[in-house]
Amino acid sequence: MTLPLFFQHLANGVSLGSLYALIAIGYTMVYGILRLINFAHGDIVMIAAYFAFYGVGIFMLPWWVSFPIAIFLTAVFGIFIERMAYRPLREVPRIQLFTSAVAVSFLLENLGIVIFGGRPEAFQRPAFMDQTLTIGGAKVVTYTFVIIGVALILFAALLYVVKYTRVGVAMRALSKDIETTGLMGVNTDRIISLAFAIGSGLAAVGGILQAIKFPQINPLMGVMPGLKAFVAAVLGGIGNITGAMIGGFLLGIAEILIVAFFPTLAGYRDAFSFGILILLLLFRPTGIMGEVEPEKV
Amino acid sequence: MSLLNLERVVKRFGGLTAVNEFSTTLEEGELCALIGPNGSGKTTIFNLITGIYEPTEGDIAFDGKAITGQRPDTIAGLGIARTFQNIRLFHGLDVLENVLVGHHLRLKAGPLAATLGLPAYVKEETEMREKGMELLESLHLGELAHEVATSLPYGQQRKLEIARALATNPKLLLLDEPAAGMNQTESRELMDFILHILDTFDLTVFLIEHQMRVVMGICPRIIVIDHGETIAEGAPQEIQNNPRVIEAYLGVGDYA
Amino acid sequence: MDMKWNRNTILTLVALVVFAGFLYYAQNHFNYYVLRIMNLCAIFTIFAVTFNLIFGYTGQFSLGHAGFAAVGAYAAALLTMSVAQKEANFFLKPILPFLANIEWHFLPSLFMAGIMAAIVALIVGGPALRLRGDYLAMATLGFGEIIRVVFVNTQRLTNGSLGLKGIPEYTTLYWSWGAALLTIFVLKRLVNSSYGRALRAVRDDEVAAEALGVRLFYHKILAFVVSSFFVGVAGGLLANLISTIDPKVFLFTLSYQIVGIAVMGGMGSLTGSTIAACLYTVFLEVLRPIESPFNIGSLRVPGVPGMRMVLFSALLLFVILFYRKGIFGGKEFTWDGLFSVVKRLGNRLRKKPPAPVAAGDEEVER
Repeated sequence: MTLPLFFQHLANGVSLGSLYALIAIGYTMVYGILRLINFAHGDIVMIAAYFAFYGVGIFMLPWWVSFPIAIFLTAVFGIFIERMAYRPLREVPRIQLFTSAVAVSFLLENLGIVIFGGRPEAFQRPAFMDQTLTIGGAKVVTYTFVIIGVALILFAALLYVVKYTRVGVAMRALSKDIETTGLMGVNTDRIISLAFAIGSGLAAVGGILQAIKFPQINPLMGVMPGLKAFVAAVLGGIGNITGAMIGGFLLGIAEILIVAFFPTLAGYRDAFSFGILILLLLFRPTGIMGEVEPEKV
Repeated sequence: MSLLNLERVVKRFGGLTAVNEFSTTLEEGELCALIGPNGSGKTTIFNLITGIYEPTEGDIAFDGKAITGQRPDTIAGLGIARTFQNIRLFHGLDVLENVLVGHHLRLKAGPLAATLGLPAYVKEETEMREKGMELLESLHLGELAHEVATSLPYGQQRKLEIARALATNPKLLLLDEPAAGMNQTESRELMDFILHILDTFDLTVFLIEHQMRVVMGICPRIIVIDHGETIAEGAPQEIQNNPRVIEAYLGVGDYA
Repeated sequence: MDMKWNRNTILTLVALVVFAGFLYYAQNHFNYYVLRIMNLCAIFTIFAVTFNLIFGYTGQFSLGHAGFAAVGAYAAALLTMSVAQKEANFFLKPILPFLANIEWHFLPSLFMAGIMAAIVALIVGGPALRLRGDYLAMATLGFGEIIRVVFVNTQRLTNGSLGLKGIPEYTTLYWSWGAALLTIFVLKRLVNSSYGRALRAVRDDEVAAEALGVRLFYHKILAFVVSSFFVGVAGGLLANLISTIDPKVFLFTLSYQIVGIAVMGGMGSLTGSTIAACLYTVFLEVLRPIESPFNIGSLRVPGVPGMRMVLFSALLLFVILFYRKGIFGGKEFTWDGLFSVVKRLGNRLRKKPPAPVAAGDEEVER
């Protein structure tokens, strides 16, 4: 393993990690407030990619118009799902809520197959993201920088919102104690919708960037990244946004480097994330930054 | 030999000390009450005894055996049964079935025998059902045997939860605020009920109550705790006039 | 529960004999296509009923069913395939030596399929069942996928992504429905026993159950392993029915379908699961034409591939949101129940006022 090659892999890992982190934040925000694992979150990624794809392909919009529109539409879609499939079940035992999420995921995937066709489609990379640069012997395609850059900017923005704005405080309050916060005059429904919007928006960015990175989209493209992003969220401490980011990066880097150093294990790269999940859930379910919540009897 | 022994038990949750060097001994056949203001650590002590929490420090011994840090199901098998502050009946099971779950831990036949319907299992099941019905009838719940457990009126649900706990054939019965949510008449009925089972079954009863009035008349021994520590212990008269007790309750709730 | 020769037992036996006769007739007279559907009904019945044991009765949401079915399918396939078929299949890399020369009869192969699945379930359940609710679901999903990924990558054991072809078609109605009825019987007995009550107690309130001396982990594992045994058998039946294994069949989407069937049939109702499984299989076949172009009158409607699953998943979501208890909602079929329904229908047809309902008259039996 030469140094330039290592940097190539590292860059690859960080960009993959950015994708996982972007998606993981959505999981963690929803879980923090509703204590629900939004099983359908991974499929949101897919929806965004297709919105962007059709924006460029059918509506002939330039990518810098199509992508933001796709992100916006996906955020709205996220709110829609919450309204339709989760809000009616809020008073119900959590496991039924989860079943609903599974059903939504299943439905979205099947709708994707029917509406978008089961065959993968090629995704067009915007020209400036498609240049291969050679830096110190390492070959890196420009989209890598875009992905990492966009992710970092969005993270910073999100952290600012969560820490310093009123809605951010409201979200944090809801995740600590949803009942009391509601009683204090916070419009719970609106904040939850906002959380879903932000989470879905970020996942949408992740989806579009994913489409750029592997330039191919298919209706099931969100499932694996979704599951891995979930592992990342748990790794970072579910409910903790910074944790989700850290977890995402760690997981992406680890996945790429393990395959780089042990190429015979390449087929198992997906299983690797699940292995981490299981170890986490057994030995440190609170993750890196999580807090232990004792159950009140 | 004392039945239950808590030796300087401490329970900390992060920075919060819920129970602070609590010690006590219960003798066989006793009826003892644990009272104190809300948040004083009463339920935590029960949870420590029954194994839901593990003590940060200290030891708990039951019937001569150390039970510190054992699992709840093991402790139940040794003869400690409990009810909960918020009634926890099994909503998917009817009244009799709730009680029968209490018998399950004494079942000797394995799942294979049960599935195959082997005579050894059938015999045990029949016995369990008979004993279950007897128990229900002795507590005047017999006709309700096949009702959905959670459809019963609140008072009956309480009795059912106690019946279910009795089905495990315990030596020690822990009752967590059994009179919660009841008015004066209902509370008195419940207390008579508890005295009745104390007579009928060979039991020791340790009960938590938040309202002093409820236990004053019937419990020969009362322990008062506040902030996880014992502040007074003795017969009802001594407790009533204890200045520390009055201070702990001052402005909070009702006292005789 | 005890084998008294009462009316219900006799009725059940008669029904079984009639059903057996029907299977005999069907096996000898129905065409290949219909027989395949009937076999699939049985296989999916086993899938749904066993999921119900884990989730409906014990409250553990496992998304790993597909993985255990895969274990059973590969086990049965590798044991029943002839030496020649194995050689033909494993052309990329030779099969592991100890499997190359084995060729078993169907019954021991199916049994082994179940055992292998049960063993894997023990390994998976050990860690996974210590988790609660949604985490358990993610963990079992993960395990299910790990199993599939392992199978795809162990070329010498499973022929990897090439899958297996030429598995002997041993599955007949007797095998599939025999297995299904056996599964239902075993599960019913288990559920109606003290252990069944313990399982439901674990489902309803773990804290209270544990306080009554019920060993949580033991009972969860019990449900998990027993279920997985039969899932493995069903996987084996599937392999020897369609005579090929494509690892993609055992994607997590299969687990979703099973969840969907069980939820629609009603959690906590074995009857519901059976009926839902059969309806699902039949409707999937009946609706197959809508996925290729067809005619309504003189209108040519383009087929929509994948539409059946859209309908199924939409229906599932609908049921979850509005009809939460599913079709049967925790009630089971009983002869008494059937008679009381018939009686009430009869009264209504004759315009008689309904008779006052006594406590024992209802369909409910748990």
